[in-house]
Amino acid sequence: MTATTPTTAAQEFALRRHSPLQRVQHVLHAHPAISPFLVLVISFVVFATLNPRFASPNSLSLVLQQVAVIGALAVGQTLIILTAGIDLSVGAITILAMMLGAKIAVGQGLPGLLAIGLAVVVGAAAGALNGGLVTRLKLPPFIVTLGTLSVFTAVGLLYSEGRSVQGTDLPAVLSWTGETFPVGRFRITVGVIMVLLLYLAVGFALAKTAWGRHVYAVGDDKEAARLAGIRVDRVLLSVYLVAGAIYGLTAWILIGRAGAASPNAITDANLESITAVVIGGTSLFGGRGAVLGTLLGALIVGFFRSGLSLAGVDDQYRVLAVGVLVILAVAVDQWIRKVRS
Amino acid sequence: MTATTTQTPAGRPGSADSGQRMPVLSARGLVKTFGKVVGLDGVDLNLYPGEVLAVIGDNGAGKSTLIKCLTGALTPDAGELFLEGRPVQFKRPQDARDAGIETVYQTLAVAPALDIASNLFLGREKRRRGVLGSVFRMLDQKGMRRDAEQALAELGIGTLQNVAQAVETLSGGQRQAVAVARAAAFGSKVIVLDEPTAALGVKESNQVLRMIEELRTRGLPVILISHNMPHVFEVADRIHIQRLGRCAGVVTPASHTMPEAVAIMTGATTLEETPGRQAG
Repeated sequence: MTATTPTTAAQEFALRRHSPLQRVQHVLHAHPAISPFLVLVISFVVFATLNPRFASPNSLSLVLQQVAVIGALAVGQTLIILTAGIDLSVGAITILAMMLGAKIAVGQGLPGLLAIGLAVVVGAAAGALNGGLVTRLKLPPFIVTLGTLSVFTAVGLLYSEGRSVQGTDLPAVLSWTGETFPVGRFRITVGVIMVLLLYLAVGFALAKTAWGRHVYAVGDDKEAARLAGIRVDRVLLSVYLVAGAIYGLTAWILIGRAGAASPNAITDANLESITAVVIGGTSLFGGRGAVLGTLLGALIVGFFRSGLSLAGVDDQYRVLAVGVLVILAVAVDQWIRKVRS
Repeated sequence: MTATTTQTPAGRPGSADSGQRMPVLSARGLVKTFGKVVGLDGVDLNLYPGEVLAVIGDNGAGKSTLIKCLTGALTPDAGELFLEGRPVQFKRPQDARDAGIETVYQTLAVAPALDIASNLFLGREKRRRGVLGSVFRMLDQKGMRRDAEQALAELGIGTLQNVAQAVETLSGGQRQAVAVARAAAFGSKVIVLDEPTAALGVKESNQVLRMIEELRTRGLPVILISHNMPHVFEVADRIHIQRLGRCAGVVTPASHTMPEAVAIMTGATTLEETPGRQAG
């Protein structure tokens, strides 16, 4: 405290001692992934204590497989939430892309890889539609995606006539994402590996490219980004398009996981993907967060599901616990936003 | 237009020849209306090399409108702009920026959650050399941080040691310094500062005024919009007084006192009635 002699009240204030709580606030502000990481570690310890089977390679492998689909969708959701948007049409786009790809593969005999490509293109187009409505018509993302949620869901159901396509009817490559292989004592699916690669790729793009900087800047302060010379609309459109392409790719992982293409799958994807993003410490107000946090958030939800069911607790307690976590996460985000030097 | 606007500025010693030199940026007969509201009613403005030109005026006098027309944020209804003698037209802020006119907005236009270096290079990021940059679009973070440190040091801002610090953790003056440093680093011809000291304390204001002087020393002309007369009289070479959408006159700190400038600005007197020491 005596290293420098303050000459103004402001300097004196700057040199004030920080309380332990303020220190925590500062650390969390610099490294927002710490809180979800701590929650993940604590929940792991608690659930492993309640039922040692929770920590078995078998059970953990299952958690990973369960988390893969929502985890992949949450990557796209993270991108959109970083721009201060929200995507309620996540699940609807995934189903639409999946049913289109699957039905054309079976009906028209489209080769498997082309069907996957088609699903990605459909997803990207649907995302671009969302992005176009947000940027051209200047509609709030919540309203746009609430509308397209219904539109895409209806189109998906109409096109598939509400019927599933069995995995056995589909080209083998579509179910490839469900293939398991051993990693030590764990059983990992191709889908899980793909999700991890997806996190790496998007994490790199966000942290290491100009595009990533612009995504953060647009979410942080749209007007400031515009004045700094960033083409805000173009960035927003690209974010929705990339997110849509990720949903299309996730359709492939979903077919592998479910063993079929069903129009009634992942009905809760919207809320579950938003939950993973928020628990992972990405701010709903935009400009703050990272996909690493989302990965942790998705794993936390997976841990709660598996851990509480292994502890013999009613599944409703998981729902309750996740709800509490979401509110806590947003409260922590609000708190660390207030940090000042 | 009234005769006052065509009056040649008297100028300080050292810039006495500014009337003869070619202006870096010059506006002729700018008109901008918003429906029935007249923002600019035929305004001329000249900015000469290496000078600080202050623009003062009451609220609604057209200061902001004038600046926005000069920096591409608004397109004037009529009138011409010349940059280094060549006619130019700015349809959006990026056009003015590409032409070498950098603006520091009152809102600063910084992204709070990004660090200082990222903010300095926002929208103009540097990429890594080779495949990492061209194929993987990877940012040259080290290079940008190094350049950011240099840019800040050049402006005499020693207080910002850590350019990897998020801008939201900075004080108002430090944020202003970041915004000015960004403009100075990229503004090749003109720097426009909109109310740079409005939100700052005395010490931080002085820091910003030193930065403005540093820019002038480098030969970069500065347009300074400010309400703060002491600040204006401290750093400005010439003062463009805007009143009711017109230029009520151009004075210098040598020719007019602060109360005289304020009197012209508020309409209590005119430049003809108060010609000043040298012009008279």
